[in-house]
Formats: sequence, C-alpha cells, structure tokens
Amino acid sequence: MGKTFKTIDEAVIRFAGDSGDGMQLTGGRFTETTAIVGNDLSTLPDFPAEIRAPAGSLAGVSAFQIKFSSKDIHTPGDKPDVLVAMNPAALKVHRNELIPGGTMIINTDAFTKKNLKFAGFESNPLEDGSLDDYFTIIPIEMNKMVTAACEGIEMSPKLIGRTKNFFALGVLFYMYDRPLDATEAWLKKKFKGKDAIIEANTRALNAGYNFGDTTELFMTRFKVEKANLPTGTYRNMNGNLATSLGLLAASEKSGLDLFYGGYPITPASDILHTLATWKHFGVQTFQAEDEIAGISSVVGAAFTGKLAVTATSGPGIALKGEALGLGVITELPMVIINVQRGGPSTGLPTKTEQSDLNQALYGRNGEAPLPVIAAATPGDCFFAAYEACKIALKYMTPVILLTDGYLANGSEPWKIPNVDELEDIDVNFAQEKNSEEEYLPYLRDEKTLSRPWAIPGTPGLEHRLGGIEKAENTGHVSYDPDNHHKMVELRQEKVNRIQQDIAPTEIFGDDHGDMLVLSWGGTYGSCRSAVETLREEGNKVSHAHIRWISPLPKDLGEIIIGFKNVLVPEINLGQFLRLIRSEYLVDAQGLNLVRGRPISASTIVETVKKKLD
Amino acid sequence: MTDVQVPLLTKKDYESDQAVRWCPGCGDYAILAQTQKIMPTFGRKKEEFVFVSGIGCSSRFPYYMNTYGFHTIHGRAPAVATGVKIANPDLSVWVVTGDGDGLSIGGNHFMHVLRRNMDLNILMFNNRIYGLTKGQYSPTSEQGKKTKASPFGSIDYPLNPPSLALGAQATFVARTIDRWQKHLAEMMLRSYKHDGGSFIEIYQNCNIFNDHAFEEYTGVDKFDNVIELKNNEPMIFAKGTKGIKLEGSKATVVDMEKHSLDEILVHDESDLNLAHIIANWTTHPVLPEPIGVIYSIDKPSYNQEMVNQVEMAKKIKGTSCVQDLLNAGDTWVVS
Repeated sequence: MGKTFKTIDEAVIRFAGDSGDGMQLTGGRFTETTAIVGNDLSTLPDFPAEIRAPAGSLAGVSAFQIKFSSKDIHTPGDKPDVLVAMNPAALKVHRNELIPGGTMIINTDAFTKKNLKFAGFESNPLEDGSLDDYFTIIPIEMNKMVTAACEGIEMSPKLIGRTKNFFALGVLFYMYDRPLDATEAWLKKKFKGKDAIIEANTRALNAGYNFGDTTELFMTRFKVEKANLPTGTYRNMNGNLATSLGLLAASEKSGLDLFYGGYPITPASDILHTLATWKHFGVQTFQAEDEIAGISSVVGAAFTGKLAVTATSGPGIALKGEALGLGVITELPMVIINVQRGGPSTGLPTKTEQSDLNQALYGRNGEAPLPVIAAATPGDCFFAAYEACKIALKYMTPVILLTDGYLANGSEPWKIPNVDELEDIDVNFAQEKNSEEEYLPYLRDEKTLSRPWAIPGTPGLEHRLGGIEKAENTGHVSYDPDNHHKMVELRQEKVNRIQQDIAPTEIFGDDHGDMLVLSWGGTYGSCRSAVETLREEGNKVSHAHIRWISPLPKDLGEIIIGFKNVLVPEINLGQFLRLIRSEYLVDAQGLNLVRGRPISASTIVETVKKKLD
Repeated sequence: MTDVQVPLLTKKDYESDQAVRWCPGCGDYAILAQTQKIMPTFGRKKEEFVFVSGIGCSSRFPYYMNTYGFHTIHGRAPAVATGVKIANPDLSVWVVTGDGDGLSIGGNHFMHVLRRNMDLNILMFNNRIYGLTKGQYSPTSEQGKKTKASPFGSIDYPLNPPSLALGAQATFVARTIDRWQKHLAEMMLRSYKHDGGSFIEIYQNCNIFNDHAFEEYTGVDKFDNVIELKNNEPMIFAKGTKGIKLEGSKATVVDMEKHSLDEILVHDESDLNLAHIIANWTTHPVLPEPIGVIYSIDKPSYNQEMVNQVEMAKKIKGTSCVQDLLNAGDTWVVS
C-alpha cells in the first residue's frame, strides 16, 4: 500500500455530530488512549444545553476537541487539523473553523435530502464542490460499513447504526497510530453483561481501523511521540472530578467529615454526583430543595463542625448571596464553588465564561469581604479546592472557589499527587472557656484574626450566633456605632491577612520587559501558550498568573512595575482588569472576548504584537 | 443521650444573660418561659440543644436560651437546621419561626423539611401579622384585614398551617396556644419525644399590631370555643357539655345532654384522613378550634436514613483513603 508515517509535534481533532451520535463519549475514549500513549493533551467538550434537540438540527450539534502533543501544551488548540462530521448540521456549524487544507472525515450516509435541508444546505456540499478547494475530504459510508461489520449480531439496525461513532474512532486511531486495546477493555467493562453491544461496538471500532488501513484515502499516517512530562504516575483528569477529589483530600487531612449541600445546576452538578458516590468516606450529600437551602444547610453544617461545601454556577450564587453574608458575619468556615458559565440570567448554561468575578468579590449586601481563589487548569482544580478548604478552616471564613465550564469538563494528563505531601490542615475545636468568666466566640487569634470554633455538643461553651452585628469578643448583639465600624474593619483585615499564606507569584519569563500578560482562572493555558510563542519569537513578554484574587498577592504591585505594558485577557468585559487598574493605578489593557469559549492563544499572540508595534 | 446521667438543671440554667426585648405583654414571653421551664425535665444535656431561627420577632428566641443557638436569615431556619441535624444527628434541634418567616418567605423550606421527615422540632409562633416590620398582613391574616399595607382590607386569602403541614407529609402536627401554658408544655414534650419532624403551631398574641386575635380561645369563654384533642378519646368540649359527631366527612357540634358518648367522634392521631378533616375546622364559624396533637405517625427520619446509608456504604465498600481514589482508573507512568 505504500503508506508513510509522518512524525508531527501536535495535532488538533474535533469530533462533531448530533447530540445522539455519542461525540462526547468518542472524544473521551480518544482522550484516554492518547493519555495512555503518553502525549500531553488538552480537551474542550462543547455541547448544547438541550438534552436532545431535534435530530439533525443545528441546535443539536455536539462537539469535542482535543489537542495532543509531544510537547508540553496548555490549551485544547485553536483550529482543528481534522474535523469528523457525522451529519450535515455538524459540517455546517464547524466547517469554517478547520484550518485551510485540513482533513474532513464525513459520514456520507447522514447526508440525506432531509438532513441537508434541516441543516440549511441548498445543495449537497459534498457534491457541489464548495469544500474541495479548501479541504481534504474523506467521505465514508459509515452506516453501511457498520451494518456490514455487525452482520450476524442479533441487534436492531437502529442499534447497530449507533455504533458508527466507534467506527469513526477506529479511523482516527488508525490515522494517529493509537492502540485499540484500552477502548476494547473499556467497552467490556462499561457494557458488562450486554454481549451484543460489546461485540457490535468492538467490531465497529476495528472496522474503522481496518478501513483506514485498506483504503487508499489515507496515504499518510501521523505519529505524535510521547511528551516529555515530569516523571510520575499520571491519569487523565477533568476539573469537576479534580475539585471533588481536592475536597475529599481536605476532608481526610483535616479529619473533618465532608458535608455537601447543594442544588443541581449545569455545569456544577457532576461535583454532587461524584461526592454522592463517596459515602464510604463519610461524605454526606444533601440535595436541597433550592440553591438557598443548599447554602443554608452548609452554614448549619459548618456551625456543627463539618467541612461544609456547596457548588453551583452564577445563577445559584446570586440566590446564595444573603446566606453568604451570614457566613461572613458568623465567621464560619465553608467553601462555595462557582463553576462559571455564560450569563447573565440563564445565559449559556453549557458554555464557559469568567464573568462572575465581580459577583464573587462584591455580590453581597454590606461590607462582606471573603477570600476568592481561582483554579488555572482542570487538574489544578484539585489543588485550588484543597487550598480553599485549608484557608476556610484556618481563617474561619467562607471561601469562594472559581472554576468554569471549560475547566470543569476539559481534561489534561495529571500527575497524581501524594496526599502525604499536601500541606497539613489543623483543626482545633474549642473545648473550654477562653476567658475567666465566659466563652468568647469572637476572641480572635492574633496572627490570623480567626475566631474559635466551638461546636454544639461541647459542654460549657453554649453560645449564640446570628446575622445581627456582633460585639467584639462576646459576640452578643450590638448596635454600637464604634463596635460596628471596628467589626467591619476586622472582617476585611482578616481576609487581607491571608496574604501571608499566598505563595509568591511566579513570573514566566523575565521580571521586566515590554509586556506582562496577566491572567486569572481558566485563561491560564491560552496565556501561557501565547507567551511561549511570543518569547520564542524574541519578544520581551512575560506571563504572571494570579490564583488568589481576594486578597491579591502582596508581590503583584512590584511585578507590574517591571513592565511597560500590562495585558489582561479575560472572558468578560474586564472585571479583573478594573481591579488591577484600581488597585495598582496602572494603565493595564484588556483583551476581552465573551463568546462562551476559551480565548485562543493565537488571538492573544496577535493582540500582544499589535500593541507592541 | 437521654439515658446518660444528666446533672439536674433548672429553668435558670436555660436563661441566657441577654435582656429580653419583646414588647411588654407579648405572647412570646409565655412561650419562652415555658420552654425554659420544660427543657430541664427532658433529662438531656443542655449542650445538646440547638435553637435555630429565621427573622422576625419570634426569631430572637435563641438569644434568650442558654443553649447553642443560631439566629439566621429570613425564612431559612429549616434549611440551616437541616445542616445542623445532618451534621450531628445526636443533637436536639429546635426551629423557632413565625407565620411570615415560616410560611411566606420560608414556605418552600417549611414544606420540604416536613416532607423529608427531618428530625427537627418546629415551633411556629402564629400571630397572624408581621410584627417586626410594624404591622403588615401575613399569610395567615384573615381576608379583609386592614393594615398599613392593606388600608382597604387585605384581598389575600389566608392559609391554614396544619393543613399545609399535613399536605407536605409531616409526621407530627400539633397546635397549642401561648396562654395555655400547661398544654403548651405538653405539646413540646410530645414533639421532643417524636422521632422525626414535628410541627407545632402556637397561637401567639401580638398585643401591639394584632391584639385579641385569639381572644375567643383565651378569654372567659375559651372552653366553649376550643376542643382539646386527646388520642383515642371522644371529642367532647365545653366542659363535657358538647361533643363532635361526624357524618361522612362533615362534623357537627352536638349537645351531650341529648347524645351518648358512643355517638361521638373518637380522635385517632394516626388517621391521616381524620387529621385533614380536623385541620379544616380552623376558624370554622361553628366548630371549635382544635388544639393538641392532630396527627402523629412513626416513619424513619431523613437524618437516620442518612446515617444508615453512610454506614451501609462503609460496610459494603470498606474504608479506604483518598490516595486509593487518586490512583484509581487508567494510569500510566512517565519515567
């Protein structure tokens, strides 16, 4: 056949099809195998909010993008090299994003008159030549192929038709020289007891691979060598699972059982689903009647001595605002996770955004400061969740952890940490009176300003908490003007003191130069990639990523001074930018794209170059 | 818990050092005094009681009890108390709320906490008015009530708390009155003993904004207007001179001089249909106002089921550590 192997550094693939075509699952399997063969990778699932939009409609197109590489990468890639389009709607939605000269693998069986019309094509793009000039088209009759492959299996034609995603997966495995065994093993486990389904999908997978081998449509195969990652044991990790694991690790290290109270909401629900399976770790999950009850139960559980956590998304945080204020004034430890999505209102429930930063910082009545930390990558959600718990318990305060839809559902190879090496979390419940006469629930620690934690059931320390202003030390109700002013200042000062726990900010690149790219949260990967590119081209550009947004790290002002320009890329209209400008009186500029998708590295590169010209 | 040696405490031990700040003459004083008096008789350690409240006059209650307490936010006390109870099921958790706090802004939590049979003791002080915001009509105010917010009379229809509680699948529903001190204490003891969620509606007089709202049930002719429900006993009232007869689902008041006891309806706390019928006598023009335990059945509580699930999971899956979870799934080694 004379097929040749070409070794490349990296590739970007996008699977696109109808919601019912199993594109997320296909992408997930390609990801697992790619992880196992040792590439670095980054993924971007992109699915509609509708559970099952009408089959073949543009609204129902679901996609999954993966970038994999022999180098250290930070983003799921900009434009794909290969697009798998399972129907006309998928082609219509994604065709313009493929790189010029890219490859399209198309299931031609889905290009019926009805589907073409549904997708808004006046003529068949596979026949009218509209694609030929730009792309390499590989048309495959996938339905016919799987029907032939599954001959003899007692299954309805409809069910056999559903195996075509595994056929497509097989084709891609052939193209990029990946083994099938992990997927075959996965099928056996996933469909245990359903032999026909295992057999049909396994045959479809192999048929796809063999099709690649026998047909002359693929003259070149690609090799992407193992990435040179730090040594260790790895697994593939997505953000919501990492967050859940981080919480559980904090529970184990603090010796406090985990209480989770929350209400289902996209894209945070997987945290509830995951924690609910960990009851044998003593985890209590309470699915409340609404968002308010979720956070209220967390306040109650925190009062009673649990590691109390809730997770939600922007609309849920809006509902939780008043109870968060109660958490602030009663100074109870709890972690509130916001998996940010497109807003306002219902917005774009399944798409990513960074537009809840202001809500996290300021979204409560009164002076109600609380610490805010943001995760940088899917795997970093583990460490950010752990750190959020640690600070909440150490400083007796609610902590908001910001992740986002991209981090939550995206995945990357993750070096498994050693729990023993995580920083200890010490919790000491008050056991006896802290003054001669009575227990003073608001007597503060000198260093952290945190108050003691006496939980119900402790003899002799009976006390009352509440949302009315507390008198210093005693915690009694107080309307005294000077006391109120002092307490308002103390609550802010307590948050400021967390600066002493924040690690120094790392600068990628020199500590001075023409431009500092300053990021927070999920834009980390794009910014780092962009700065890598810019530096390779000789530009004097550095990158700093901020993890704690409240309080900001104490070294940030010094860092900013070293640069002529500061660029803050964010998926909002400049919320962090305004904070930086007001805090440091610097003429920082924004790069703001609010499209429900990550900002691409190439966009950042172009923007920086334009500004430096 | 209860079978442990508990030091003998008195009412004084349950009084906090905070000055009580309700209006002089408020019905809340009587309820507070009765609570502080009865708690020591439960034979339980003081530190195991937690009082959780929302917002409103009644919700200041926890500040005056020398137990653990939490004055939370408007309407959310049942949800906060849920967190307390799940976190430590060994605590005796009491929710103090009012008709506005519990049924208006907190109506959703009220319904769901009862549905789940969360083992909380809910005391709802119903004065049929908003007191703390100075006199607007509440969800239990009678239609036509003139207040600052309804100068031409309220056009809202009131709801009936026991009916709502029964509809929400509550396992214990009772009613009492602030001025009926002995009865109030009796209901609190019954609530305490009930293993599951319990709801007590307490008619409470607001002498500033809705004075005399319950005059019929507390004044000189109170025995003519109130019927005290007693399990398995015939429903007689007015010092034995009147009784209640049930034909179909229709109740009528009969003269006991003309009727024998075996014609009279016998109360059965475990009969849900009967409970619904009794609850509907509320504010009936002729029928007496029912107080006492309207309904009480045993059903496993949410908090107990939660404990069971966690124990079961530990038994089936065994104990493991986070490191095992981290290492699970498809892994590979980079060397």
